[in-house]
Amino acid sequence: MKQKSLIDDLHDIQEEEEKNYLPRNKMIKTAKTTRISEAKVYGVSTFYTMFSVYPRGKHIIRVCRNLSCHLSDAEKIAEKLKEILNVDFGETTKDGEFTLEESSCLGMCSVSPAMTIDDEPFGNLVPENISEILRKIKEGSKK
Amino acid sequence: MKIYRIHALICAGAQCLAAGGNGFEDALKNELKKHNIEEEVRVVETGCMGACQLGPLLVVYPEGIMYTNVEAKDAKEIVEEHFLKGRPVKRLMWKKEGKEEFPGLKDIPFFAKQTKVVLRNCGLINPEDINEYIARDGYKALAKAIVEMEPKDVIDVVKESGLRGRGGAGFPTGLKWGFAANQDSEEKYMICNADEGDPGAYMDRSVLEGDPHSVIEGMMIAGYAIGANRGYIYVRAEYPLAVRRLETAIKQAKQTGLLGKNILGTNFSFDIELRMGAGAFVCGEETALISSIEGKRGEPRKKPPFPAISGLFGKPTIINNVETLANLPVIVDKGAKFFKQFGTEKSPGTKVFALAGKVNISGLVEVPMGTSLRKIVFDIGGGIPEGHTFKGALTGGPSGGVIPMEFIDTPMDYESLPALGTIMGSGGLIIMDETSCMVDVAKFFLKFTVDESCGKCVPCREGTRQMLKILERITSGRGREEDIYRLEKIGELIKLTALCGLGQTAPNPVLSTIRYFKEEYLAHIVDKKCPAKVCEFSALKGGRNKYEAKVTH
Repeated sequence: MKQKSLIDDLHDIQEEEEKNYLPRNKMIKTAKTTRISEAKVYGVSTFYTMFSVYPRGKHIIRVCRNLSCHLSDAEKIAEKLKEILNVDFGETTKDGEFTLEESSCLGMCSVSPAMTIDDEPFGNLVPENISEILRKIKEGSKK
Repeated sequence: MKIYRIHALICAGAQCLAAGGNGFEDALKNELKKHNIEEEVRVVETGCMGACQLGPLLVVYPEGIMYTNVEAKDAKEIVEEHFLKGRPVKRLMWKKEGKEEFPGLKDIPFFAKQTKVVLRNCGLINPEDINEYIARDGYKALAKAIVEMEPKDVIDVVKESGLRGRGGAGFPTGLKWGFAANQDSEEKYMICNADEGDPGAYMDRSVLEGDPHSVIEGMMIAGYAIGANRGYIYVRAEYPLAVRRLETAIKQAKQTGLLGKNILGTNFSFDIELRMGAGAFVCGEETALISSIEGKRGEPRKKPPFPAISGLFGKPTIINNVETLANLPVIVDKGAKFFKQFGTEKSPGTKVFALAGKVNISGLVEVPMGTSLRKIVFDIGGGIPEGHTFKGALTGGPSGGVIPMEFIDTPMDYESLPALGTIMGSGGLIIMDETSCMVDVAKFFLKFTVDESCGKCVPCREGTRQMLKILERITSGRGREEDIYRLEKIGELIKLTALCGLGQTAPNPVLSTIRYFKEEYLAHIVDKKCPAKVCEFSALKGGRNKYEAKVTH
């Protein structure tokens, strides 16, 4: 009896893609199989911030930019990430490993500043530790 | 049943994991193996224990000793000294003002001064084992409801308890249920709103991660009361751990026969599906949430018709928040009178707050409704870090406002907070000291609303943008004297005309900070100074500029 919604379908597509995005041909295919117009599928794909219609990196870094983190200098973490990765928010590194994004509240205010990389949470961040975290993620090992 | 000499409870809430990962648990298990006491010590991964700032946390029973900030390298000492020799590791124990160790959990004010109803199991049981929930009277209320009570009786007891929606608005839950129960429809739906998006709020996440079955049981009780056989939990994608624990809980409930057809041999059948959001704050608004579950863009709809009459797929639908649902098993099991002993007459029960910001111990706090802000911040949260002073507390996130020092003794309930120009909201409580600039905070929330506005109605889409422009002007030293009046005027207009709750409450942080901290706005506008030294007036550096000339005449 499991009925999937269009949003579930889009999550599935995006997860399968190495580049974490919704390719045009797959959106069109989904439109056909669900009998939802292409325009509507595109409308949903672009409404939600976690979907991307452009290719992204293997790992998505989401830096929490909300008030608790803001009050504990999340700006410095963001700057450090931009510096190391040499990208701005919304951009992907040249090697295709990381995409840097801003996130709404991750609910980790007590360990602010916080971020997630893919599904893994990181808290009490200091600029000095960022490159080590990125290195471990790149190597595929858990912290 | 196997008896263990020691229980070691490790917090596996998202924040403790974020603070230290699984390193400590792995190290602890290795040490136990090394000393061959794996059969004597049981390691349990629990949900959030509450004192998130001091995580990763470990509690050792039977003594109830709490260790804070544990790291992998501490495991050896804890096992060799405490577990083998019975000598607690004082170095790692929670200390009173950094000096004397508290002997046990019950002696620590942060825990002793709380009243746990919603968080009754959080941090105590393994959320991934349904048997631990059942052992704590889990699903007893469900059995009582569907075997001994008629749906109408369930609604009556909830009405009598006075339970009000914990999502923010505080609408009486039983009354809302009554609307849907009276609808004559083959199909009805019960939805759990787990799209907790308010900045600074993480109560719902902690309940979902720490005690998912209490939410499932609550949904089933609600479903039985209104005549629904299908439930949806709409959870935001930013909470992957909560999603995983919910999936496990639903699977176990199905395997145990507590979800599915003819539950406990009755005629009541109920199934729950999980729906994931994809990053849109507005989906916490109930009509937008319905659109999103239907697979559409999460845009709000006009009310009426209210969801209780025509909701998901056009059918009668009740949407309750996570914390509301977690209260239900207690109300049904122990009765309305038990529940009403906590809180105030008009706001009965407890409220969970997520305490964050400039406070000594931030984390999850559950207190009776009507508890004063002072008690929460100073008695439980341990006050403001040394050398700083309390300036204000933000409640209700981007829909709320600020409570200044002069009102710190106000009881936190659904009546008192609106009188101060703020709202209870879902329970986020961000504490600010003198280093926080109120204009900057207002700007911060408005930027949030501008980003999150779905764009459907003009007042929210355009109005908040104009307000943000004015605030950006003020915080960069280019403010004009008429700006305060303009902010108030646009704000009032948005409140009156926006389509949904998100828009209608968006101006609140600005209006509230103007109400209590007008002099700070004036300092920015007239004196070109930020009293908290947060805003940078770079445009003014190096002498005159065209804006300065405008305001001086």
